[in-house]
Amino acid sequence: MAGMELRALRKSYGGLEVLHDIELSIADGEFVVLVGPSGCGKSTLLRMIAGLEPITGGEFRIGGRRMNEVPPRDRDIAMVFQSYALYPHMSVARNMGFSMEIRRRPAAEREGPVAAAARTLGLDRLLERFPKALSGGQRQRVAMGRAIVRDPQAFLFDEPLSNLDAALRVEMRLEIARLHQRLGTTTVYVTHDQVEAMTLADRIVVMNGGVIQQVGTPLELYDRPANRFVAQFIGSPTMNLLDLAADAAGLRLGNGATLPGPGSAAQLGIRPEHLELVSAEEGEIAAQAQVIERLGSDTNVFTEAEGIGLLLARVHGNVDLRPGDRVGLRLMRDRIHLFDAEGARLPTAH
Amino acid sequence: MAALRRTPPALVAGKYAAIAAYVAFALFPLYWLLKIALTPDALIFSDGTALWPSELTLDNFRTVIFQSDFMAYFRNSVIVSLSTAAATTLIAAAAGYAFSRFAFRGKRWVVALMLLTQMFPLLMIIAPIYKLVAAIGLLNSLTSLIVVYTAFNIPFATFLMQSFFDGIPRDLEEAAMIDGCTRLQALRVVILPLTLPGLGATLGFVFTAAWSELLFALMLINSNDAMTFPVGLLTFVSKFSVDWGQMMAAGVLALVPSCLFFLFIQRYLVQGLTSGAVKG
Amino acid sequence: MSATHAEHAPGMPRARLARAWLRYAVEPYLYLSPALLLICFVMLIPLAIGISYAFQSINLLRPFDAGFVGLENFETLVGDGRFWTAMSNTFWWTFGSVTLQFGLGLGLALLLSTQFHGKRLVQALVFLPWAVPTFLIALTWSWLFNPVIGPLPHWAAALGLLSEPYNILGDPDTALWGPILANVWYGVPFFAITLLAALQSIPSELYEAAEIDGASRWQCFTKITLPFLGPMIAITVMLRAIWIANFADLIYVMTGGGPANSTQILATYVFTTAFRKLDFGYASAIAVALLGVLMVYAVILLVVREKLVRV
Ligand SMILES: Nc1ncnc2c1ncn2[C@@H]1O[C@H](COP(=O)(O)OP(=O)(O)OP(=O)(O)O)[C@@H](O)[C@H]1O
Ligand SMILES: [Mg+2]
Repeated sequence: MAGMELRALRKSYGGLEVLHDIELSIADGEFVVLVGPSGCGKSTLLRMIAGLEPITGGEFRIGGRRMNEVPPRDRDIAMVFQSYALYPHMSVARNMGFSMEIRRRPAAEREGPVAAAARTLGLDRLLERFPKALSGGQRQRVAMGRAIVRDPQAFLFDEPLSNLDAALRVEMRLEIARLHQRLGTTTVYVTHDQVEAMTLADRIVVMNGGVIQQVGTPLELYDRPANRFVAQFIGSPTMNLLDLAADAAGLRLGNGATLPGPGSAAQLGIRPEHLELVSAEEGEIAAQAQVIERLGSDTNVFTEAEGIGLLLARVHGNVDLRPGDRVGLRLMRDRIHLFDAEGARLPTAH
Repeated sequence: MAALRRTPPALVAGKYAAIAAYVAFALFPLYWLLKIALTPDALIFSDGTALWPSELTLDNFRTVIFQSDFMAYFRNSVIVSLSTAAATTLIAAAAGYAFSRFAFRGKRWVVALMLLTQMFPLLMIIAPIYKLVAAIGLLNSLTSLIVVYTAFNIPFATFLMQSFFDGIPRDLEEAAMIDGCTRLQALRVVILPLTLPGLGATLGFVFTAAWSELLFALMLINSNDAMTFPVGLLTFVSKFSVDWGQMMAAGVLALVPSCLFFLFIQRYLVQGLTSGAVKG
Repeated sequence: MSATHAEHAPGMPRARLARAWLRYAVEPYLYLSPALLLICFVMLIPLAIGISYAFQSINLLRPFDAGFVGLENFETLVGDGRFWTAMSNTFWWTFGSVTLQFGLGLGLALLLSTQFHGKRLVQALVFLPWAVPTFLIALTWSWLFNPVIGPLPHWAAALGLLSEPYNILGDPDTALWGPILANVWYGVPFFAITLLAALQSIPSELYEAAEIDGASRWQCFTKITLPFLGPMIAITVMLRAIWIANFADLIYVMTGGGPANSTQILATYVFTTAFRKLDFGYASAIAVALLGVLMVYAVILLVVREKLVRV
């Protein structure tokens, strides 16, 4: 096991640079999740770490050793592909033991680790099957089994659960978390799924357009997003953004109300769960309920606020509201995020 | 298509009649070949155009196989076709792999070059090839035929192999490399076993193409020892255009390898052509 | 966005860079080199030489006359009646073969796209001619046309198509039909296979939707099948035409271009001039003319393709 260092890592295809100056240190045993919109370069970064994609510029180290020119087979990492990439002409057991077969470990020696991994993943009875005779979830397990058999320095996952249905995804997520707790192997995990990112990660790396936007623990990203992009990307439903009028006295909302704060702020962000729903008279913002989504545990209230626009409030439990009802909204003061015109985070008053 | 639409019985009858007509059209010439080959010499004219021979014999085959040069021609053709098929498949597999797995400078030019070779009439180079081959003293040698046929078939075989490689997800190879393979190991252990049907198909296509090539063989070979089957048969026909039974028996023999291959390739035909990868 | 400071990345030794470059730029050419070498030496260089022959006098029977003669071969060509006959024969040979192959091929493909008993067997049988070596096709058909052992003349006479059972390959008026028929027999499977593959690529939902909309069988064919296959059909037909125009084997074996040049097409004319007369210069001039015709045709084809793709 080992940590990784990414120093000013860049990648271009022809003249087109798709990753710019990526700086990242991954500690030994850490679980790092890469998130970002489609096409932002997550897979490319992961493949550079794996050695499948040549590194255009910068330096990449594993355990202090420079890896830029080291071929994948010598990096001692295991990868789980989104498509699983199981060898269709080999049985499950052979798929899982393939890395040892390549390293010429005798068959007898291979059996132990394969059996152990199979037991962990509940694949004991499938060892002689071929990939085409497996369900999606089982294939996914085999792909993971192939990785853990290796006991590598690091695991790489590229959207490993995205081909599974919702229930299986939750189950496999738990499996991966458990595995990481047990093995403690350094892991880099690419996903689209916020819940996966939030639940699995020690630290999350948010990327956009080939640039790292923020690196931090899930709660840091949730509580203190470094910029508007991260603020909107992390958290579901998405954070409300209110345009502010510049005003020396403070922050003036579209409906004329003012809050204390730096006059340079251009936008105010507030997560739906941090908007309190109160009676029309009590609120700082008067609004009209438009659509009410009842999820059981929570209720999403989409409201139209005068002079401000659409605002979403998320309330725990159920509320007795109907479309068209007038409501008041109150901002939880310590949950407000402020951004300047470029979208960078500004310090808040409290 | 339309599962629930009821088809009028007349149409059904018409359909089966049409199918029968197509099958008859396709098989009749081959049937006739076989029929004359099996008819005893004495009966060829009296049987005339009767659909069934009144008597069967294997004499013609016996004569052709044991008392003529046809077995030598056959052997030459097998040598030429097998060598061509093996060499072409090997070379085309390497080239197809490069096309499928690498993006490299000049790729478009190389592809264009290969397409160009498929566009111009091959007969354009029959004279220069003759002079070149004569200049290096390889007229009447099977080697020259093998080299020439290999080159002719490479472009098409390359595109065919490329389409087979394209069908194998790149992930598999990458997974193998992460599992510790070098590129060549990944090729051998993972890609090769999955390309076997493709290799077989390419081998077969090239074999048949080489097996039936006539014009270049006519030009480059005129000694009896080095004649391929088509050249030998044609020479035989123009020399002794009397022994119908023997000629047709020889024809039936020439048909055997092609038909074997056809049976093997049958199931790939439609899907192979879908990818536009198969020539006439 | 720039990649200019790639070389100055810390700790990137020159040798390693060179190795990485080698791996990504040279490796593919390593795999391609045998193919490229062969193609160059066996096809491209001879092609260039062949074109140069067209401007030379090279006749193996008159080895002392060799040398550059400029456009003389082409001048001879213009005045050569056999050349013009061959040109028009090429047209009729190609047109007749393609039309019949395509018509019968489409019919067969439509039949095979329906369900019936024994379909797999039928498919194997009707595709069989495609696998028969061309020289054998030529021989078989010339035997079928031969009244001594073949049934065709007798049948034709019985149907009143021929006055008496004679060999149509020996009659300049009808000889071209012989190779065309053989070619059709050989080529129908090709079209059927191609068209069948295309038919199978039409999503069946389209037919289901049309059926729900109340389309008849014939309407389904004209409103869905044909428009869907149209561009593909046009391109296959046109490419196939080039191939057939160059296809000399059948004619050479069946008639050798005779009788009285009535079946000589440009491709066989090239071959007989080179092979029988050993006049490589003139043969190459004919070949260049054939190439010219094909190129004009290809340009037309490209224009048509543009049109079709845009629609
Ligand atoms: N071979 C290539 N040539 C040129 N550009 C490429 C190539 N591969 C990827 N790219 C570009 O690099 C960018 C990053 O791609 P990448 O696959 O890393 O995205 P991603 O973040 O994994 O997206 P997704 O979430 O959809 O998988 C994309 O804009 C893509 O178009
Ligand atoms: Mg990706």
